[in-house]
Amino acid sequence: MKHLLSTLDLSRADAIRILDIAEEMAAVGHREVKKLPALRGRTVVNLFFEDSTRTRISFEAAAKRLSADVINFAAKGSSVSKGESLKDTAQTLEAIGADAVVIRHWASGAPARLAATDWIDAPVINAGDGTHEHPTQALLDAFTLRTHWAKVRGIQSSGTDLTGMRVSIVGDILHSRVARSNLWLLRTLGAEVTMVAPPTLLPVGSGSWPCKISYDLDATLAAGTDAVMMLRVQGERMHAAFFPNAREYSRRWGFDDARLATLDAADSAATIIMHPGPMNRGLEISSGAADSPRSTVLAQVSNGVAVRMAVLYLLLSGDQQRPAGN
Amino acid sequence: MSNTSYLIRGARPLGAAPADLLIVDGLIAALGAEAAAHAAAGGATVIDARGQIMLPGMVDLHTHLREPGREDAETVETGTRAAAKGGFTAVHAMANSNPVADTAGVVEQVWSLGKRSGWVDVRPVGAVTVGLAGERLSELGAMADSRARVRVFSDDGICVHDPVLMRRALEYVKAFDGVIAQHAQEPRLTEDAQMNEGEVSAVLGLVGWPAVAEEAIIARDVLLAQHVDSRLHICHVSTAGSVDIIRWAKERGIKVTAEVTPHHLLLTEELVRSYDPVYKVNPPLRREADVMALRAALADGTIDVIGTDHAPHPSEAKECEWAQAAMGMTGLETALSVVQHTMIETGMISWADFARITSTTPAAIGLLADQGRPIAVGEPANLVFVDADARWIVDPYAMATKGRNSPFKGLELPGKVVSTFFHGHPTVLDGELNTPVPTNGDL
Ligand SMILES: [Zn+2]
Repeated sequence: MKHLLSTLDLSRADAIRILDIAEEMAAVGHREVKKLPALRGRTVVNLFFEDSTRTRISFEAAAKRLSADVINFAAKGSSVSKGESLKDTAQTLEAIGADAVVIRHWASGAPARLAATDWIDAPVINAGDGTHEHPTQALLDAFTLRTHWAKVRGIQSSGTDLTGMRVSIVGDILHSRVARSNLWLLRTLGAEVTMVAPPTLLPVGSGSWPCKISYDLDATLAAGTDAVMMLRVQGERMHAAFFPNAREYSRRWGFDDARLATLDAADSAATIIMHPGPMNRGLEISSGAADSPRSTVLAQVSNGVAVRMAVLYLLLSGDQQRPAGN
Repeated sequence: MSNTSYLIRGARPLGAAPADLLIVDGLIAALGAEAAAHAAAGGATVIDARGQIMLPGMVDLHTHLREPGREDAETVETGTRAAAKGGFTAVHAMANSNPVADTAGVVEQVWSLGKRSGWVDVRPVGAVTVGLAGERLSELGAMADSRARVRVFSDDGICVHDPVLMRRALEYVKAFDGVIAQHAQEPRLTEDAQMNEGEVSAVLGLVGWPAVAEEAIIARDVLLAQHVDSRLHICHVSTAGSVDIIRWAKERGIKVTAEVTPHHLLLTEELVRSYDPVYKVNPPLRREADVMALRAALADGTIDVIGTDHAPHPSEAKECEWAQAAMGMTGLETALSVVQHTMIETGMISWADFARITSTTPAAIGLLADQGRPIAVGEPANLVFVDADARWIVDPYAMATKGRNSPFKGLELPGKVVSTFFHGHPTVLDGELNTPVPTNGDL
């Protein structure tokens, strides 16, 4: 593995290796001194062309726990300013001596483009690109799911995958990089996936994806699911006629208190509710659901740091010299 | 015009049996056995063209020369050099320059730049609407009456979307037998579109450009053309559905012609997985099934001509993120090879068909009097000689165009233009640019 650009090209062996190392990294987070010397003297640049405080802080915490130096580079507004191109920025980072670039970009494919050119030699980590992928989010979701799935089955999680697990991804699939990354990774790890959304929020062509597609959240829940992953609905989309209004959306595709009660009544004790955050409470998820014992929202956040530590460690430490597939 | 005479020996007209050809004073003076025996052959420069295929000079209905306004991307001079090297003797320069070619002044400027350069005939295309804004008709008549004698009108790059305006344009140009060349793209269905809409765009997270956005406009426009009985030309057809609509329209006798680009005959959307903006083009690369439908339509005459949509860009317009990148590909210097590769080597068309789709028919659509003519005595010597057996690897840096944005970079293709004769003068010799036709100061 030279870069982490997508989960589509991530092998099962690499994915499990990242999750296993993340488990070790999570243990560090529970120590009194939450720091490893592994990346001392290395420089990680957080190159953010799009705001995301949550993701940036998570990567920053991960790098710092590995003793790396962190440079935060917010290239805001460069979508309109022709003066500063991705190429110029990359060449600047190369000259500075960046050892890894964590890039968040509004344009799908920008990290792949950066990795494919000779503008910079450092490993590139995709921290979310347009509506394409968000591989570390998928990895932290998989980490959260694996921990839960192992507990359900009463086994150790290390080394295992998600074979047999049923995961439902619900909401704005069309604009969601999280949904895409999760689908590929969950399939690689053996889970069954159902996408639930209004037809307007499913991409044309998603019919060929390796998942079930449903327009009906209640039917999906009734069929039984081990995890429900709710996606964020972006406010600005509501005016673009993807659905009539927030009320109708939330009635049909939101995880509300009534659906929570249905889960409880159906004795689906083991079903968890996930959300990548930030949440629109009352739209795609009710407060009751978000704060219920089924919710893994906060666990996902802390797992995010461990997973990103694992990725940085794998791409930057001497460990990558060992054959790791790909 | 040149006074020099050339005796070209052993080339095969349209791929048929070898025949000698004598060019004197810009015209074909003799053909076959009598060429060498002709009185004027004595002083002629003899060129050995054995094994080469002789074709009428290619005519492009769809070239972006970028001048005026974007001389950093291409100039009339560099664009027409590229055209000559690619085997063309005439190109239509699209109107989306800056300023837009929407007045007699701008089209005459482009025309005279072409005249002065002397590499090929430059026929300016006039904008249908003022500033390509889609609101008011341009001075279509003034452009038609100008020295540039504009007959093809297009807002290419933008669709003439307003149906009333499209109808009026179609009706109005009948006064001088003009043709409206439509860039068929329903704007609302393609807002922010980045690539073909389908399975690949779903995976890549790029906003889709659905086939129906092209097909809906073509369907509307063939009906408008029928209603007002006028000539309509469809630029760069890219989908199987468009082909079906055009076939239907032709069966009904509607005066519609259509073009396909070389790149749409070969490349598919699968290439976009690289996110390399060299593959970003409008209309976008489509599916394999579309490519096959386009080839079949070109072979059966549903699609009439090749249009290169040569669209050079400076490197910074492509050395960036996919979403930021400009749309377009260069095409003048690879057109012949790509068509040979996709259509001739697959057995779908002959070299005679090639002459029809790259020369005779485009010249007829653009009403070019001395282009696209038969290879016969007395005709203007606008000719191209091709080594069909040659193979070459495309190197954008070895091209005459300023644009390096060739989607065929690194690809091995068949067919090399050995020489191009423009009004009897070799603009290309031995595969290299020679000299342009000297101007006589008759601008
Ligand atoms: Zn166009």
